[in-house]
Amino acid sequence: MSIQSVVAESKSREELHARLMQPDEITGSEILLRTLLLEGVECVFGYPGGAVLYIYDAMHNNPDFKHLLTRHEQGAIHAADGYARSSGKVGVCIATSGPGATNLVTGIATAYMDSVPLVCITGNVATSLIGTDAFQEADIIGITMPITKHSFLVRDVKDLARTIREAFHIANTGRKGPVLIDIPKDVSNHLAKFEYPETIDLPTYKPTIHPNKLQVERLLAAIEEAERPVILAGGGVVYADAANELMEFVEATRIPVTTTLLGLSGFPSAHELSMGMPGMHGTKTANYALQNADLLISIGARFDDRVTMKLDGFAPNAKIAHIDVDPAEIGKNVPTAIPVVGDVKEALKLANVKAKPAQSAEWLEQIQQMKEQYPFRYKDSDEELKPQYVIEMISETTNGEAFVTTDVGQHQMWAAQYYKFKNPRSIITSGGLGTMGFGFPSAIGVQMAHPDKLVVSINGDGGIQMCSQELAICAINNIPVKIVVINNQVLGMVRQWQELIYDSRYSHIDLEGSPDFVKLAEAYGVKGLRATTKAEAQAVWQEALNHQGPVLIDFVVPRMENVYPMVAQGSTLDQMIMGDSE
Amino acid sequence: MIMRHVISILVNDQPGVLQRVAGLFGRRGFNIESITVGSSEEPGLSRMVIVTTGDDKTMEQISKQLYKLIDVAKVIDLSMNPMVARELALIRVGAEPSERPEILGVVETFRASVVDIGPNTLVVQVVGDSDKIDAMVELLKPYGIKELTRTGVTAMTRGMTRK
Repeated sequence: MSIQSVVAESKSREELHARLMQPDEITGSEILLRTLLLEGVECVFGYPGGAVLYIYDAMHNNPDFKHLLTRHEQGAIHAADGYARSSGKVGVCIATSGPGATNLVTGIATAYMDSVPLVCITGNVATSLIGTDAFQEADIIGITMPITKHSFLVRDVKDLARTIREAFHIANTGRKGPVLIDIPKDVSNHLAKFEYPETIDLPTYKPTIHPNKLQVERLLAAIEEAERPVILAGGGVVYADAANELMEFVEATRIPVTTTLLGLSGFPSAHELSMGMPGMHGTKTANYALQNADLLISIGARFDDRVTMKLDGFAPNAKIAHIDVDPAEIGKNVPTAIPVVGDVKEALKLANVKAKPAQSAEWLEQIQQMKEQYPFRYKDSDEELKPQYVIEMISETTNGEAFVTTDVGQHQMWAAQYYKFKNPRSIITSGGLGTMGFGFPSAIGVQMAHPDKLVVSINGDGGIQMCSQELAICAINNIPVKIVVINNQVLGMVRQWQELIYDSRYSHIDLEGSPDFVKLAEAYGVKGLRATTKAEAQAVWQEALNHQGPVLIDFVVPRMENVYPMVAQGSTLDQMIMGDSE
Repeated sequence: MIMRHVISILVNDQPGVLQRVAGLFGRRGFNIESITVGSSEEPGLSRMVIVTTGDDKTMEQISKQLYKLIDVAKVIDLSMNPMVARELALIRVGAEPSERPEILGVVETFRASVVDIGPNTLVVQVVGDSDKIDAMVELLKPYGIKELTRTGVTAMTRGMTRK
């Protein structure tokens, strides 16, 4: 089997569409598969079990429907997440009732925090058994209510096609997010005439797309008066496919840009007006600019505490404008003078019509000087292989054009600091929930969405062990992800905090006893490589890039390296610990 | 300034919608003093009335977060305008035959009514705003309140006719 055989081919889509639309009398399971295909789903990620047996039975000998069997439901949902983030399409995963469904929970919360469009299909026990504590029964709707955009329990097969259509619509419009559909086992086997609704009628769900013109004009007026303006661009820019509009806006207004972790790929880091990431491990320049701005324009960013740090004292002199598709984000954390509710792309398009430059010449000069004075820096070494060096090497050899997924921790911050992202949707990382175990399986989904592109998954030696079982599906399907392990033999970020904040009282951070990652990869039939020096790193990384299939590269790096600069929790952005980056 | 607000929420009449609304209040730390749910003038839509407290920022968040729920059609802060807010209470009060005339005096003054008479108790039904019910409860306390149940506030604005 190859990756191509798992991704549905699109060439015969019209023929497929006509065939699928036939008003046949079919089971709920067949309705589900047909509807997913009609929604344009190329590949779903899942794991079978008792309550979804009819659904999996319907997949048997169905050449149109493509399904990737992961080794854990968490792997399935993170893969669906990576697929969605990297493509802009809805990611789909399937799990059985009870433990299958609860294994999705972390992935659902991950997607919810980062506004990722997913449709999660869970089986449930038969309708007659619901509420009886039946075998493998769990109230997954109740469990996931706080972490889904919406959820449906389908009690009647006649509602199934419409429900799935609505779920896709809700997931991928407005502020995107995961939607869960719970299908009892009997419903998946009941018969109904197939009817795929042409239109969607959700009178209580009408996200605001087009912004208020008056507010956009207020924003433009504020820009013309501003002397120290800053743009804070977030994941919303990427999700709205608004990178081009942002570029136009920035160049017209001459405002420097700082991009949040999820927004990193929304504005090229090499651009003269890019200041890099703000916040806890951001650049001194970006944080300085935020703290000294007279106008702060947030575009699809939600003032997360890792960006603002101590709120009291954040951007103290700035008038705040906020463009966001979710009105609830405006004014939630910071008082906002100019609220612009709407799709980021539409808002920027509208703004670009009349955008004029700010009076920012002096400010830009100052920022340029700071950028030169305070780039991200680390103490390189000839004896040791530094993790930052590994990331820089990956960035240079891939020309900043690979899809990069990360796990969570120090390596994630180094990837954000030292990988020079060029293309929208090219960083895939759990920013809001900070989910360890996300990095590797999400890369599988990215590769499924982009079979011909280079996908690099950067992980720590902690996080890789939270979902390493998915090496199996890379091997079996020849999914050519380059799996990087930045191996410092500890839970590095926790160690760093214990060192700096808990007086070096290291508590339960030692990962001694981890497997030999090269052998682990080989055990699954994946190529494994190791580097402990710079020279080895260069050599094995080239070998990995030249290798046609999946490969795991174990970069052994020192334990004690810290991520700098750093703003400690409870401090404001201008109180940066520069550490080795001085 | 932290104030008491009465919010009227029009929601789809769907299973789980009460859980969605109540869960939202719970996890975001919004207070619920009382909550009532029933049918509305529109088929397929129910109306919830929630009494809560909060400052302006909290009230804005409550409204915005509610609107994010797919099943929520409309959110109105009734306290922004003149409104009628009513609550019903049933009070089982100790009432030896000798005490009954006194109690009936209180009941009459409050335009409440006696809806059940037992050998040594009365069940009093009182309708009014929350303050009136509080006052009634206070007055009946000396006789011994055996059981008390309140519906929570339901409310609508005065005067104007809304669509």
